[in-house]
Amino acid sequence: MPIKHFFRLLLLICVVPAAHAALNIQHWQTTQGARVFFVENRDLPMLDLAVDFPAGSGHDPAAKPGIAHLAHGLLDQGAGGLSDTEIAHRLADSGAILGGRFDRDRAGVTLRTLSSLPEREVALDVLTRVLQQPAFDADVLSRERRRLLAALKEDEADPGEVASKAFYRAVYGEHPYAHDEKGDAASIALVERADLEAFHRRHYSSPNAVIALMGDIDRATAEAIAERIAGGLPQGAPVSPLPAPVPAKSQEQRIAHPSTQSHVLVGALGMARDDPEFFPLFVGNYVLGGGGFDSRLMREVRDKRGYAYSTYSYFSPMTHAGPFVLGLQTKIEQTDDALKVARDTLRQFIVDGPSEAELKQARDNLTGGFPLRIDSNKKILDYLAMIGFYRLPLDYLDTWVARVEAVDVAAVKRAFAARIDPDKLVTVVVGAGSGSAQP
Amino acid sequence: MRSMWGMLLGLCVATAQAAITDVTLDNGMRVIVKEDRRAPVMVSQVWYRAGSVDEVNGTTGVAHVLEHMMFKGTKSVPPGEFSKRIAAAGGKENAFTSRDYTAYFQQMQKDRLELSMQLEADRMTNLQISDELFSKEIQVVMEERRMRTDDKPQSVLYERLMAAAFQSHPYGRPIIGWMNDLENMTAEDARDWYERWYAPNNATLVVAGDVDADAVIALAKRHFGTLPVRELPPRKPQQEPEQLGIKRMVVKAPAKVPYLLMAWHAPTLRDWQNDWEPYALQILAGVLDGNDSARLQKSLVKTQQIAASVGAGYDAVSRGPGMFMIDASPVEGKTVAELENAIRKELQKVQQEGISEAELKRVKAQVIAADVYQRDSLFFQAMQLGEYAKVGLPLEALDGRVDKLRSVTAEQVQAVARKWLQDDRLNLAELDPQPMSGQPQQSADAEVSHAH
Repeated sequence: MPIKHFFRLLLLICVVPAAHAALNIQHWQTTQGARVFFVENRDLPMLDLAVDFPAGSGHDPAAKPGIAHLAHGLLDQGAGGLSDTEIAHRLADSGAILGGRFDRDRAGVTLRTLSSLPEREVALDVLTRVLQQPAFDADVLSRERRRLLAALKEDEADPGEVASKAFYRAVYGEHPYAHDEKGDAASIALVERADLEAFHRRHYSSPNAVIALMGDIDRATAEAIAERIAGGLPQGAPVSPLPAPVPAKSQEQRIAHPSTQSHVLVGALGMARDDPEFFPLFVGNYVLGGGGFDSRLMREVRDKRGYAYSTYSYFSPMTHAGPFVLGLQTKIEQTDDALKVARDTLRQFIVDGPSEAELKQARDNLTGGFPLRIDSNKKILDYLAMIGFYRLPLDYLDTWVARVEAVDVAAVKRAFAARIDPDKLVTVVVGAGSGSAQP
Repeated sequence: MRSMWGMLLGLCVATAQAAITDVTLDNGMRVIVKEDRRAPVMVSQVWYRAGSVDEVNGTTGVAHVLEHMMFKGTKSVPPGEFSKRIAAAGGKENAFTSRDYTAYFQQMQKDRLELSMQLEADRMTNLQISDELFSKEIQVVMEERRMRTDDKPQSVLYERLMAAAFQSHPYGRPIIGWMNDLENMTAEDARDWYERWYAPNNATLVVAGDVDADAVIALAKRHFGTLPVRELPPRKPQQEPEQLGIKRMVVKAPAKVPYLLMAWHAPTLRDWQNDWEPYALQILAGVLDGNDSARLQKSLVKTQQIAASVGAGYDAVSRGPGMFMIDASPVEGKTVAELENAIRKELQKVQQEGISEAELKRVKAQVIAADVYQRDSLFFQAMQLGEYAKVGLPLEALDGRVDKLRSVTAEQVQAVARKWLQDDRLNLAELDPQPMSGQPQQSADAEVSHAH
């Protein structure tokens, strides 16, 4: 059986190096203090770039939530002497794609461009203008505000959105993570151009910038690009850290909605990105509700009872403790039954922890699947940006597999018990009490 | 041809342009391998030429229900075990059902391909569908329908519009199936479907990644090559009779924001070397909606400021007939009628005055760049191969499409806009938002601490 032989050979040669497929991450600071993370890769004639700032909605001024999101949204709607249309056309003419991402911690801009010089030059020129000199034109602001109002209204019709917003409000109370990333209709009506300019000056400054580059350029070119981006950014001080959130009291909210399904979210404060027990929580959660068809929630809620198409749990690690979330959607009539099964599954997991076999399965999946986490430029870029933004060690990916392997049952039990008290959970149910539709 | 492009653009595409191997086993199963050695991983996909288009009335949704049942066990692999073994090997797996096909995939380290082949070959012929597991899983599918369609007003509208636009062709039926059909579906319906369509001569294996094509084919022969051929039922064309005038409809559903969807019947790619209209329609979609200030955005969102969003779409690759679509939602105080008028004006401009060379060049630059970018995703590359294979297009068509798109002229774009975007082919649906049934407010802000 020559073929079998051939594969055995592959197995021997490849498993070990694959698991340690170390990336050569180069790191430095620009002269203005922006931190840069770079991986050179010449396989494809393209360059991916991300520039991130601590400018997410958690950094909104308390009086006007929504400023951060609007500032981010308006970056490419006119900048550095170019109109929104000129920006869009120049990017398209060079085949470049400008993207954005925005959450409670972070606001970022991504650029994907061909690495050939003429195309790359056009794309980088647009990117630097967008980051350094956004116009925040008053007419554009009022236009984008109206579009945003339409989006916020549409959210009200979406039971999943309603549930998610209520859940964050309940878990975070007075903390800046509590409000919706987009702000609300009342507050965005108050946002003025000067607010956006001030926010940009303070948050989109070079000491706050994290620049990630991945692809078909050499180190010297990467350095020059990073200098060019950081050089024209505002020179302000590092943004002061947000206060730490305090645990919410146990509560259950039922929100009426004319949907055929209830959207159920159960959770609490979870973990921060730098939590020393990140790996026990991450690996343990695979068993509870992170491992798809391999998870207890899927088995109990979906496979055994047919209650839901989707049920899951996850930790969303942020600068401070992000939420631990358990979720499902189920038809209105069986909401309470499904909720009970989900809560019992969680309680059982916290009391007993995973079995040895379950935890081995989780470790095997995560370590065996590690090469899939870094198999494209896009995925590697996202890791670079995350390592940079959350100040994770440069060898984070090199030690990842070993740290997953080191997780044992006792560590998972301890870590979950210390954070998730099954008697102190926030529960949000949207869809119940609407007296609606569906037989 | 491709390297000439590279030179024109100053690109360096010389690096390992992945080779594609395409063979058919003795039992009719097709095997396509794309070597791509950028990372020590692979994706393996088994595609069946059986989608919702092959369903009949009364059992709509059965293609997708069977997809769910494919994870529920065989004679030798107990229920749930398929996913468990793939997961233990570090794999990611799932499946998807479309109008044209059903596909199953695993993504794993490159040396674990044999496991995925063993399991896929097993469930190609040995699936067991128990009444008990079916009765649970059909509930799951109904929940999936509620989540994807029933509670999303725009999805409801899309479903109803397709049902009106296609009066005879099965594309009028939703992939997930009508709720009443799901409520009345039996395990026997799923078994019938499986016996009818799941056979090596109706399947294509696509493997992409850091693999050796010869080794993959040898493995495929071993695992799939011995599976028995099954006679496939004849497929009727079910051609849609030509539409004889505009169709308009209103969909009322609980919602907050109105919505407009316009859909014109349009051709799809059949003879990839001689057809030109599908390529021109693709460019037209790019001219209308290819960037943040393309014609529709520029006019409706930025200048007139009547739309919160607007988009255009056209898919040239499918087994059945095509559609060119435009959708939009208004900002507060503007109406769907205003959106429709503005869209019509933009279309008339293209039809009467044509498009500029700058616009044409812009869309082509995006096509060429996208062709480079898509090589960053192994999964996407495998998807494209499987899709072309399943709709019956030769794989050269995939490689040739960039050149074909690049040869489209401004006159051709104008010509397809005139010919296809006519009222007699138009189906138009408007979402008329209904009150959110009672009060959308929180019920007395109930703050119940629960006693366990």
